[in-house]
Amino acid sequence: MNHDLMRQLAEILPRIQGFIYPNEIEIHWGMLIVVYPYITGVVAGAFILASLVKVFNVKEVQPLYRLSLLTALAYLLVAPMALVSHLGHPERFYEILLTPNTSSAMAMFGFVYAWYLMAVLLLEIWFVHRMDMIALAEQHRGAMRFVYRALSLYSRDTSERAVAFDHSALKVITIVGIPSAFLLHGYVGFIFGSVKANPWWSSVLIPIVFLFSAIVSGIALVILLYMIINPLAGGKINMKCVDKAVDFLFYAVIVDFSLEMVDFIHRVYQSEEEIKILSEMVMNKLFLSLVVIQVLLGMLLPLTLISITKIFRKRFGASEDLRKMVYFLSVLLIQFGIFATRWNVVIGGQMFSKSFRGLTTYKMEFGGLEGLLYALGLLILPLVILTVLLKILPPWKEMKELRGGAAGGGLETAGS
Amino acid sequence: MNGRRTFLKGLFAFLFSGGLIEGMLNILPAGALAREAPDKGKWYGYGVSVDKCIGCGRCMDACKTENDVPREPFFFRTWVERYILRKHGATTVKTIDPAAEAPPEADFDKSILRSFFVPKLCNQCANPPCVQVCPVGATFQTDDGVVLVNVKTCIGCRYCIQACPYGARYLHPVTRTADKCTFCYHRISKGLLPACVEVCPTQARVFGDLNAQASPMSRFQRMNKIHVLKPALNTEPKVYYAGLDGEVR
Repeated sequence: MNHDLMRQLAEILPRIQGFIYPNEIEIHWGMLIVVYPYITGVVAGAFILASLVKVFNVKEVQPLYRLSLLTALAYLLVAPMALVSHLGHPERFYEILLTPNTSSAMAMFGFVYAWYLMAVLLLEIWFVHRMDMIALAEQHRGAMRFVYRALSLYSRDTSERAVAFDHSALKVITIVGIPSAFLLHGYVGFIFGSVKANPWWSSVLIPIVFLFSAIVSGIALVILLYMIINPLAGGKINMKCVDKAVDFLFYAVIVDFSLEMVDFIHRVYQSEEEIKILSEMVMNKLFLSLVVIQVLLGMLLPLTLISITKIFRKRFGASEDLRKMVYFLSVLLIQFGIFATRWNVVIGGQMFSKSFRGLTTYKMEFGGLEGLLYALGLLILPLVILTVLLKILPPWKEMKELRGGAAGGGLETAGS
Repeated sequence: MNGRRTFLKGLFAFLFSGGLIEGMLNILPAGALAREAPDKGKWYGYGVSVDKCIGCGRCMDACKTENDVPREPFFFRTWVERYILRKHGATTVKTIDPAAEAPPEADFDKSILRSFFVPKLCNQCANPPCVQVCPVGATFQTDDGVVLVNVKTCIGCRYCIQACPYGARYLHPVTRTADKCTFCYHRISKGLLPACVEVCPTQARVFGDLNAQASPMSRFQRMNKIHVLKPALNTEPKVYYAGLDGEVR
C-alpha cells in the first residue's frame, strides 16, 4: 500500500469545498502532465519559427534557424519522458505502440510523435547539417571524426548536385513539417478537448488555442535562448533579427489572446450548467495562475511592453539596449505565462467535481516522480541536451551573421 | 526485382484492403463503439429505487470486502450520496460513511424540503467513453455489456478516469491500474447477484438480465418511471434510476 499517497489524500480531505464524487479527490494528471504540453508546445513553436525562414522566406530571422531546429529536437526528446514517468506502469508503455486502440486519441500519440521526430525534425536537421558534418569530420581527429562520419551517415558527396538536392529536400520537408507541427500540438489539445465529461476541457477551440500558445512559447523561447547564448558564444545580438522575430511573436500573442477571450466570452455568455462551479474555481483556486500570471503578466504586460516599443518608435529605435531589455523581459514573462496556461488547463480541469458541486485541491509534492524536483529536472534537461547539440552541430557562424541569407555555416536559405 | 514487386503488391493490397481505413475511421465516431442489446444472450442492467434506499451503507461495505477495494475513503466502486434540499434552493450533498458510529448529523429543521439517498456505481454505459479513450484497449466491453479493466495490460495512464463523467473510476493504489465496479462479474457469471444487491436490506438495488422476460430487472423497468444520469452525454448508461431527483448529477 502506498502510504505517501494515503497521507497526501488524508491531508486534502478537509480542504475539499462542497461535494465531490469520492473518487475525485486524487488529482490524477499532475505536474508531469503540465510539463508535457509545455514541452511539445515549445517543439511546435520553435519549428514554426524555423519554417518562417525556409518556407516564408523571412530572411531576417535566418540567425535563429538552426538554433530553433536544435531547440525543437532537444525538447522533443524530453517530451515522452514526462508521459512515460507519470504512468502507473511505465514498464508497459510499449503496449501503446504494439496494441494501440484505434479509437483512442492518446494511442495515436506514439505515431504522431514518431512521425514528427523521424520524418520531419531529424530529417530536416540532417539535411541542414550534412555539408557541415562532412566538413567537421575533415577537421577533427580521433573519436569525434568517427562521430561526425556516423552522424552524416557516411555521406561524402559535396558536389553541387548534392547540395542542390539538399535544398530541394529541405523545402519539401519543411512544407510537410508545418502541418506536422500543427498536428503534433493540435493533437495534444485534442486529447483534452475531446473529453466530453469535462466541461473545462471539452471545447473545439482547445486544439487551436494550444496551437497558438505553442507558437507563442516556441518563438519566445528561441528568442530568449538566442539573447542569452549568442553573447555567451562571443557574438553580437542581431537586432534586425530579434525585431522581426518579436514582430511575429507579437502577432501570435494577439491571436492567442483573442482566441482565449473568445472561449471565455462564449462560456460566460452561454452560461451552461457548469458555469457556477467553473467561476468559483477561477476565483478561488486559479486566480493567481490564471488571472494574474497567465493573463496579466504573461500576456497583457508583454503585449503592452512590445506595443510601447512600436508606438514610441523614435525613442526605442534609437536605443538598441532599451529594446533588448524590453524584449528580454517580455519573452521571459511570456514563458511563465504559457507555463501557467498549461497548468490552468491540466490542473484546473481536475479541481472541480464532475458533479459541479465542489472543488478539490492540488498539493504538489517536492520529491518523487510527481514532485516539483523531478518536473524541474525535466524542464532543465532539454537545455542540457541543447548544450550538447550546440557543441556537436555549432550554429555560431549562422547566429553571428549580421545579414541573413548570405553564405553562412553551410547552407543559405532555400529561396536564394 | 520480383521480390520488390510482390512486396509492393502486398503493401498496396494491405493499404486498400480496408483494414487500415476501417481502423482510422474508428477514431471518428464514438457511436461506432456503442453496443446495442444483443438479440440472444445476456445483457446486464442495474436498477436503483431511490425511495427505497435508507443509507445504511452495507452495500459500500460489502463491495469493499468482496472486491478487495482499499478501505481508505478515497476509493469506491460504489457509494451512497445523501441529498438534503432546503427552501431557497440550497442543496447539501455528502457521501455517507458506513464506518461512522453515530448516524449523520441531525440538522433537521423546518427549512428542509426533502432529503434522500442516491446509490452510485459504474453505469456500465453501452456507449462508454472510458473504452473509447483507453490507449491500449485494457478497458473493454464484454458481450453481456459489462465494462471491465484488464489489470495485466492497463498502463495506468488514467485517461479513462478523466473520461468518466460519473467519477466511477479510480487508480488502485496497489495494482497501479484503473479500477471500478464490474457488477461483481465473478459472481454474476456464476448466476449470483452482485454483492451490493445481495446485501441491500430494502431491495433498493436490483440486478438482472435486460433481455430476459422474467428477470427482476425487467420487472423494475416495467413498474417504474426511469431516468439515467447525465443522459445528454450520450453514454447510454445501463444503471437505471427510479424516482431520481433532478438535483442529482
